[in-house]
Amino acid sequence: MSEQKANRFGFAINRSRAINYDTSDRKVREYVTMREPSFRLCFACGGCTATCTAGQHASFNLRRMNTYIRRGEIDSLREEVARCMLCGKCLLVCPRGVNTRNVVATTAEALRKLDRNEL
Amino acid sequence: MKEKRKHVIVAGGGVAGMEAAGSLAEMGIRVTLVEKGEDPGGHLLQWHALFPGRRPAEEVRKYLRKRIAHENINVITRTTVEKVRHHGHEIIADLSGGTEERADALIVATGFDLFDAHRKEEYGYGIYDNVITSADLEEMFNGKRVVRADGSVPSRIGFIHCVGSRDEKVNNNHCSKVCCVTAVKQAIEVRKLLPESEVFCFYMDMRMFGPYYEELYRESQEVHNVNYMRGKVSEASVNINNRLVIKVEDTLAGRPLKMELDLMVLMVGMEMSKPGARLAEASGLNTGINRFLESADQHYGTNRSGVAGIFYAGTCTAPMNITDTISHSRSAVEETVRYLGGR
Amino acid sequence: MKPEGKKRIWAEYQKEIPDDHFFYVRSCIRQTFFAGSEQHFLKILREDLGKDVFEDPRHTTCTGIGYHGDVVPFETIQTVVARHFALATEAGYKHIAISCVTSFGIYSEILETWKHFPETLARTREDLYKATGRTFEVPETISHASDIIYKFRDEIARKAKYNLVDIKTGKPLKVVEHIGCHYSKMFPKYGVGGAEFPHVLTGMIEAWGGDVIDYPERRHCCGFGFRQYLVQANRGYSLFASRKKFESMEPYQPDLIIANCPGCTMFMDRWQYTIKEIDGITYGADGQGIPVLTYEEVAGLVLGYDPWDIGLQYHNVQSLPLLRRMGIKADPARRFLAKDGTPLPEPANLING
Ligand SMILES: Cc1cc2nc3c(=O)[nH]c(=O)nc-3n(C[C@H](O)[C@H](O)[C@H](O)COP(=O)(O)OP(=O)(O)OC[C@H]3O[C@@H](n4cnc5c(N)ncnc54)[C@H](O)[C@@H]3O)c2cc1C
Ligand code: SF4
Ligand code: SF4
Ligand code: SF4
Repeated sequence: MSEQKANRFGFAINRSRAINYDTSDRKVREYVTMREPSFRLCFACGGCTATCTAGQHASFNLRRMNTYIRRGEIDSLREEVARCMLCGKCLLVCPRGVNTRNVVATTAEALRKLDRNEL
Repeated sequence: MKEKRKHVIVAGGGVAGMEAAGSLAEMGIRVTLVEKGEDPGGHLLQWHALFPGRRPAEEVRKYLRKRIAHENINVITRTTVEKVRHHGHEIIADLSGGTEERADALIVATGFDLFDAHRKEEYGYGIYDNVITSADLEEMFNGKRVVRADGSVPSRIGFIHCVGSRDEKVNNNHCSKVCCVTAVKQAIEVRKLLPESEVFCFYMDMRMFGPYYEELYRESQEVHNVNYMRGKVSEASVNINNRLVIKVEDTLAGRPLKMELDLMVLMVGMEMSKPGARLAEASGLNTGINRFLESADQHYGTNRSGVAGIFYAGTCTAPMNITDTISHSRSAVEETVRYLGGR
Repeated sequence: MKPEGKKRIWAEYQKEIPDDHFFYVRSCIRQTFFAGSEQHFLKILREDLGKDVFEDPRHTTCTGIGYHGDVVPFETIQTVVARHFALATEAGYKHIAISCVTSFGIYSEILETWKHFPETLARTREDLYKATGRTFEVPETISHASDIIYKFRDEIARKAKYNLVDIKTGKPLKVVEHIGCHYSKMFPKYGVGGAEFPHVLTGMIEAWGGDVIDYPERRHCCGFGFRQYLVQANRGYSLFASRKKFESMEPYQPDLIIANCPGCTMFMDRWQYTIKEIDGITYGADGQGIPVLTYEEVAGLVLGYDPWDIGLQYHNVQSLPLLRRMGIKADPARRFLAKDGTPLPEPANLING
């Protein structure tokens, strides 16, 4: 509907780019933090992304994914999470000892639950 | 009757130990300075020029040498303090070689060890020809030649921050405090020595905590064109031309990045020194979660051990620069003198 | 490169590999991908080295592919593995020999989980007992099949009929080794030589006369990554990863790749054909492709087994130029004949066919 209207005018109303921390959904964060408490330790060094196989060819970035979880950016998160191959290479690098592989697995689980209204 | 002159043992003859010995001697106290190495000086013996002002390290070495050239100071080298114990009011230090030294008080100034870079296997120190540590680079500066293993001049040099610090994989969660500014200082020196070269610092956070440090960082960008990239290097390997290939995330661009380097400098951190740890263990001195000596109070008692007559000076308690080491050492002397007077 | 630096690391990651009496757990895919490989593992161990290797026909897949494909939960796979341990216990074996890196990674993960969370072990015992009435002992050691070949590499070298050497020039062959992510990246201490400079294949290559190539993308994944190839549309990712490795090793002109893991061996072999079709590039010296063999296949060649018995003809990149270089006589006309001379189906689109 709104697309059609926009077409009639030849322009659309720009959407906000800001992360609205007060309306974002942090259930996934709570779930992941509870199931994999080491998640809280990430300090965004990017070591995992540097070594990640998937991130070399797809727009997948575990460091950024961790931020999306923290900020409750669910749509962005959905795109990221499916790309991890669970190879575990990132585990070897993380200087904070985040159980990275399990963060991905738990996030995927959380998203599935979210879709089924189980979170 | 004249009171017997007080005697203090200083364990460790680095910056902290030398400054403490000098201050005590000046006050008429007899000092025995015990140093494990050939000569007093500690890590300062290895450095070329010092941050923040890049003055020659020799100037500070000269100051400290003069400081301990005092008739009240007896320097014993090639000797380790193995254990400290009490005998009534007396302090007895067991020295390597089986001798002992008696005194009224003792200052522990056993300093730090450089992190052993072999332990970060993914960087290939000791395997790839052109991976060196910040300490190795100081040695090159001393020889005024920064070259690759084959003698050629490097055209791209990378400094890797936090090697062995802030990394639970090597059981060091602490920040070593001085390596960020050391990288900035060394990057500038490399650029001055090799004006054709390209220099990159790979950091997680730039920790410019001291006076003139942020200014030095700024100067490195403004005057010397040093490049900074935020991301932890995850691994290094070599290609067929024996150039290093590193992987890092350019976290600000949000994408993985690959880069070839001619020379890679690992900014090795500080750890509790091994002979210091042995001394602490044998003497029942407390160590903290970072394995450095734990002071009696974090705010107003950083020189106190909690054991009567035993005091701490310098980097045996935490990573610090020379400026802070000297201040810390002087306050250790103040605590010691107060203790001696109160007995 | 300073070899003493690598030796220092190897000395730190020496795992216990038993000398004899193995309970063998097969791979579910290897027998179809490289038909003679596991057969020769058993032959070499039993006949050449005189070892006791026990197999139980009731052993099943570890369900690792299902686990990594998100369809088998962790509780289930723990119970499946526990059942294998029960079979070993029943037969009186304490040492497991695992024929697949995926399985090996799963066994390592499960053993570590049980060590750190003993309640999961108790729960698994209960689950297995309820489902099958079986009980089990946790094995004393787990070895990957390549660990065992590694352990006996010098003995194999002493019996060698051929070496990894070009007989014309007398120069060592240039060999790429690929250990596979799940061998030691998750738990470095379970792998010979750890994760950064693994020694398991390197040790064999050096013992048998070859030169190991250390190229920039040596540690990179082959792209097998279950979640990638399982979905056809995602296979481009998998191809990308393999090509990244081929491009990185290309300047060294390798004669051979030895891989540790069934998935890696298969993808690095078959993708060479796919890349040839899509991009028109064939890697390797003279554009002949780079043969990708398993460690047992190479051990078999070194010991003088017939390449067609070993099953080299069922790789996409054919090994004839490699065999010539090593001085191994093999009649190409016999490649696709059964023992009794009846013709076997010939695969299409072989490289160097
Ligand atoms: C790469 C690098 C560069 C640096 N550059 C600068 C700079 O430019 N400017 C700056 O301000 N700071 C710099 N620093 C920091 C500076 O090195 C330290 O502040 C200073 O060395 C601390 O002195 P210390 O006496 O506490 O320890 P140390 O220098 O480690 O001295 C301790 C001494 O004690 C001895 N010892 C240890 N145990 C025993 C024992 N049981 N018995 C007897 N002797 C013992 C040791 O042999 C050693 O000589 C740098 C640090 C690093 C790592
Ligand atoms: S487990 Fe996932 S995030 Fe980690 S390196 Fe592998 S693909 Fe990347
Ligand atoms: S390596 Fe660890 S700390 Fe660094 S970004 Fe990844 S998860 Fe966070
Ligand atoms: S000072 Fe800088 S390089 Fe050193 S440990 Fe701290 S953050 Fe890392």
